[in-house]
Amino acid sequence: MFKITNDQMPKLLKAIAETKDLFLPINNNGVTNFGFYKEDCTPDLDTLRTVKSAKDAFFPQSEGLYAVTTEDGKFTISEEEYCNKDFVVFGVRPCDVRSFVVLDKVFLSDPVDTYYAARREHGIVVSLACHQPDESCFCATFDIDAAEPEADVAMWNIEGGYAWEAKTEKGQALTESIKALLEEADVAKEVETEKNCIRTILSVLPNSKLDVSAFGAGKTDDLFNSPMWTELSNACLGCGTCTFSCPTCQCYDIKDFNTGHGVSRYRCWDSCMYHDFTLCAHGTNRQTQMQRFRQRFMHKLVYFPDREGMFSCVGCGRCVDKCPQSLNIVKVIKRMGGNSNV
Amino acid sequence: MCDCGNENNNVLLPQIGVITDIRRETPDVKTFRVVGRDGKKLFEHMPGQCAMVCIPGVSEAMFSITSSPTNKEYQEFSIKQCGSLTNVLHNLQVGDEVLVRGPYGNNFPVDTVLKGKDLLFIAGGIGLAPLRSVINYCIDKRDEYGTIDIVYGARSADDLVRLDEIKDVWMNVPGVNVHLTIDREQEGWDGHVGFVPNYVKELDLNVDKVALLCGPPIMIKFVLQGLKELGYTDEQVYTTLELRMKCGIGKCGRCNVGNKFVCKDGPVFRYDEIAATTGEF
Amino acid sequence: MQAELIARAKALLADGTVARVLGWRKGDTDFNAEPAVFETAESLDEFVYDGFCGANLSKYMIKNSKLEGKTLVFLKPCDTYSFNQLIKENRINRDNTYIIAVGCYGKLDINKIKAAGNKAILSVAEEGATLKIHTAYGDAEMAREEAVLDRCKVCKGGKHVVYDELASFVDEEKPAAEGRFDEVKKLEAMKPEERFAFWQGELSRCIRCNACRNVCPACSCIKCIFDNNNYDAAQKVNTSSFEEQMFHIIRAWHVAGRCTDCGECSRVCPENIPLHLLNRKFISDINEFYGEFQAGEDTTSRAPLTNFTTDDVEPSIVKERG
Repeated sequence: MFKITNDQMPKLLKAIAETKDLFLPINNNGVTNFGFYKEDCTPDLDTLRTVKSAKDAFFPQSEGLYAVTTEDGKFTISEEEYCNKDFVVFGVRPCDVRSFVVLDKVFLSDPVDTYYAARREHGIVVSLACHQPDESCFCATFDIDAAEPEADVAMWNIEGGYAWEAKTEKGQALTESIKALLEEADVAKEVETEKNCIRTILSVLPNSKLDVSAFGAGKTDDLFNSPMWTELSNACLGCGTCTFSCPTCQCYDIKDFNTGHGVSRYRCWDSCMYHDFTLCAHGTNRQTQMQRFRQRFMHKLVYFPDREGMFSCVGCGRCVDKCPQSLNIVKVIKRMGGNSNV
Repeated sequence: MCDCGNENNNVLLPQIGVITDIRRETPDVKTFRVVGRDGKKLFEHMPGQCAMVCIPGVSEAMFSITSSPTNKEYQEFSIKQCGSLTNVLHNLQVGDEVLVRGPYGNNFPVDTVLKGKDLLFIAGGIGLAPLRSVINYCIDKRDEYGTIDIVYGARSADDLVRLDEIKDVWMNVPGVNVHLTIDREQEGWDGHVGFVPNYVKELDLNVDKVALLCGPPIMIKFVLQGLKELGYTDEQVYTTLELRMKCGIGKCGRCNVGNKFVCKDGPVFRYDEIAATTGEF
Repeated sequence: MQAELIARAKALLADGTVARVLGWRKGDTDFNAEPAVFETAESLDEFVYDGFCGANLSKYMIKNSKLEGKTLVFLKPCDTYSFNQLIKENRINRDNTYIIAVGCYGKLDINKIKAAGNKAILSVAEEGATLKIHTAYGDAEMAREEAVLDRCKVCKGGKHVVYDELASFVDEEKPAAEGRFDEVKKLEAMKPEERFAFWQGELSRCIRCNACRNVCPACSCIKCIFDNNNYDAAQKVNTSSFEEQMFHIIRAWHVAGRCTDCGECSRVCPENIPLHLLNRKFISDINEFYGEFQAGEDTTSRAPLTNFTTDDVEPSIVKERG
């Protein structure tokens, strides 16, 4: 295990950015989001949760697919270039690390999404354990350990800096490349203390481990027609805050942008909460906000488990913090499934 | 730069298709024949499968392939003019290009469940498009299937798609019975008048069949009721669905209902697979 | 005050005056109450009214006032302006509404409490001018006024401009706060390039979730122009940051003269973009050019931007002001 001191951290980031694109939490006027490192940016490894998740690293909110130009009525298609260079996603929390597993189930299942696959291949994930979890954290519900990041490199906050441990070959290679800035140190004990602190706090948080036994594979018939959906969704504005801040929401739209010399076909995140998500020429099959609201939570808590054997919520708590009207998946789980913190 | 070659195996990248024939079927339905630039079929497909057809700058949408896989030369799409993309498609000329990717989705189980069975096809309006592929497939392999009954209805006689083929080909195949109906009386029409669901009940065909249906949601709803009354079980009924789709490969989430993705797990479903969440289809 | 409101709601439900009650339901924490409709006396036991009930309920009345029977709605002073404006725009059926005016001492912003360094908050209690905050890491206190929403710092005052009855704890005489346009003046004092950089920095964070639009009482179009797919700037995302700015500026233009400055846009923005400043700049300009005007103050007057008088400023004002 290695140690990197607080003083050395800016140098470490700079060193990584010299050879690779570096995607990390950056503070912009008091608000922290993942973004690409620039010399004058303000990295922020203290904020527990970025507003948007780390999902943009592999599945950006908007990305080009291909361009089409037309000459004499004949099309020419040029495919957008794939990610072909290693990059580092830095400071990813364990919940967001798990979200990549969820996204993998979607994008890497047959047929593979080649744009996503290229990014995954080249992405190196450096995770940071959750020093001081928050009340809206409920990752343990989905068996995620906020104290034990499962990434290429794991980091923990310790006195005066961070502990650094490579977990995979990719992680080892990254470690080698910046070894000069790392200090070989026996910090195992300090890391153990940090892990215990994290787990102790989690154990007193009211929602940290919710009872989700009412959800999961095969529960469609029990839940689909529940009268609770109307009550739960009544105040829903139909905005995209929950879906766009969510690390696992992966629905997208494919759209055209007229570049003036042709068409750029791109995809962008879409939200099942939007009223026109399923609208087509013959109308829409989900006509009420209740239906759209139900779709989002049934998808995460029942349909996805049906298909993939795992929940597609990682308990990051972003929707809990950000819903304009305080509707969220925790309320859904509690009101439909029971109140206990197990 | 790539022309049709797709080295990365990118499933979202379309092929360039050339329209070689356009036939007006009804006042608002045209059938488009499409091949690659090399004049050959774009891909092989199975009856019931779909493909995404795109006009850059307009939109892209999923259409069922109406030609039978037994046709070795081209693919056909019968497209009703009803939205922004189909408006533009209807203005295309022979020789124009479109982008096509596919085939997508599953197919009617022509080589398994349907083999040797008596088949009952029930279609309304443009709903014949996906079934036509299966019907022609079964007709081309006539001895592999039992009796074929086709109940087909539309708003008027003018809205019956492929009437020429129905009359000239299907009606002359041994063991194939075609039952046509239109919604309202019309001059020059001496056939049956009435809605499809009622006609199915009136025909009182024996129940030992597999039913394959496609049509507007309201027709599906009442046909399902009618079939149930006649004694059909959910397992005996196959339908093909359509929802808004963007990716065609079960990832964009748009056509997700219940634990199914219409584009990937469908469009063909045995009715019992979707019964629980039918409110959203 | 909460008990009083529950009692009145139960009485109005019981005597058939109203068919439903639009208020706030207790959350699973002290600070996440949600707007909710109550149809039975029992369900009202979950009703809550406290410092965290910031949501402006007036827009929900578009839907609820079209239902069978009257809807009881609780409105804070600033919410009543939005309500009136919606009446003016024929979006709400006033006859189908029963309004109880509730007092407000400034609504709390949990983000401010968190920004003060409080993590893993287990409870927040209001004790007069002090908030007692209990967290998993220890207890803390902070002054209530430091935790109120930005919009409440420039409160329009305690007056309700429309209601059927007043709750006992209202203070109709509470004066408006000073300095409502201070932030606008700061922006106006900037050089154009500074101002552009400020907005670019703020708006670059926009994730196009449309929360600002969907919560806005002035955004009541049945179909928004940004929901038109035949249009390159249609919702969801932008191909260039220029469009991000256009979304908010077009929206600000569209609600100009109708925006009551309720501040919901900034309250709900997940990226803390001070969207209300765009609208407030319009309000400030309208005041300057057409005389003091407060949208939603009444339901009948003609709004300056939809009225024509020979005294109206000429378009050339743009050039004169630079």
